[in-house]
Amino acid sequence: MSGAFVEFIQMLLATVTDVLPIAAIIFGFQFLVIRKPVPNIRKVLTGFVYVLIGLTFFLMGLEKALFPLGRLMADQLTQVSFIYQGVESALHTFHWSDYYWVYIFAFLIGFSTTIAEPSLIAVAIKANEVSGGAIGVWGLRIAVALGVAIGISLGSYRIVTGLPIHYFIIAGYIIVVIQTFFAPKMIVPLAYDSGGVTTSTVTVPLVTALGLGLAETVPGRNVLIDGFGLIAFASLFPIMSVMAYAQLSKMRSKNKK
Amino acid sequence: MLEAISALLKSMKNSVRDLLPIILVISFFQIFVLQQPIDNFADIILGTFFVVIGLTFFIYGLEMGLFPIGESMAYAFAKKGSVVWLLIFSFSLGFGTTVAEPALIAVADEAAKIAANGGMILNTDEARESYANGLRMTVAFSVGIAIVIGVLRILKGWSIQYMIMGGYILVVIMTMLAPKEIIGIAYDSGGVTTSTITVPLVTALGVGLASSISGRNPMVDGFGLIAFASLTPMIFVMGYGMII
Repeated sequence: MSGAFVEFIQMLLATVTDVLPIAAIIFGFQFLVIRKPVPNIRKVLTGFVYVLIGLTFFLMGLEKALFPLGRLMADQLTQVSFIYQGVESALHTFHWSDYYWVYIFAFLIGFSTTIAEPSLIAVAIKANEVSGGAIGVWGLRIAVALGVAIGISLGSYRIVTGLPIHYFIIAGYIIVVIQTFFAPKMIVPLAYDSGGVTTSTVTVPLVTALGLGLAETVPGRNVLIDGFGLIAFASLFPIMSVMAYAQLSKMRSKNKK
Repeated sequence: MLEAISALLKSMKNSVRDLLPIILVISFFQIFVLQQPIDNFADIILGTFFVVIGLTFFIYGLEMGLFPIGESMAYAFAKKGSVVWLLIFSFSLGFGTTVAEPALIAVADEAAKIAANGGMILNTDEARESYANGLRMTVAFSVGIAIVIGVLRILKGWSIQYMIMGGYILVVIMTMLAPKEIIGIAYDSGGVTTSTITVPLVTALGVGLASSISGRNPMVDGFGLIAFASLTPMIFVMGYGMII
């Protein structure tokens, strides 16, 4: 038990170090420039302490349970012995569809980690509040998660086939631009934001492990060049899925009338 | 007291629901696809419990601390009417929260390895370290600039889509000019810069500003800061790859 306690203290210190510059900027400006007392300062400070404790437990739990397991699974799923099980491997020429379990895993892990992403929960709460309930917390989270899921499985396909990343990204940009003209105006900024929001604490380490594992084991791929880029897919596709979600709900409410 | 406990239990229930998909996905793959034994089963249960507690506290603290401070500062700056200070604050917030971001440090180190392998820099510890540091500063600077541009947009009421499209065009142009090795990293750096604490703060700042300036709509004008913060690093990192 004392081992877990030491771990907790270490993680708490690491989190405090990460948060310190942010706190210094906020309170520095508050006291030197704004020079007005913060409303409910005690409540705000308690909130900060909760955020610190929460992040510490969260990261510690991720390190203990989710990351080792996720990395192990990404590793096992991309191993040659798993991909070619039951196939005469020496004679088998490799085909992108051999990796179907990888694509399914990429989709599901992308979806589920995004649902648990704290910063997305934060933005969804805020969007719900600001839109007066027109944007549902769950609607937005599921739309973003679907986008990440599609993005990461397509990104895995790219690593397996070795196609250049910028073709996909540029095509994605063109779709985003087209969608922007048709989507309801109030969703556009939020949709653009949801691209950057999705990839943080939970998703990045797992997705990076998957990308590096794939690039290491697929014949002809270079880890350094092909191992990256999944995050870029994961931050592009939610923009499309959120705008699509808004378009669909607008169409549905029109049909009702 | 009883009320507090029931509120805590309720938010814990929400956290469990948020984590349920991950647990289902991992169990499904372990049981049906990989079928390999897991070591340290007790650790995994304990870790999952920690994640639930952590998420609960985080969401609690978010609504008590992070959102209110972001908004109250936005109101205070709007009332003070000093654009210069607001922009200095925006830059510091973007730069300061990014420069120490662990995910960015990891990505910068990887990028230095790529550059060394590609022969762009000498393959020594020193050269790699200075490359990685330069890259980190570049990304942090670009996020600072992004928040400044985003805040200016809110103040002036510019429409976001043309700015983002302009950014996309720049990304495409830079992609054609930048060395091939840096492109994957550059594209990824856009996604890794925005951390769990930065996102709620910056969102609250944007929404707070948009609601305290008359004629701005918090939904249309308040969001979008994060979008800039994930676009500019791509452009700047490719630029960095071209110069070095």
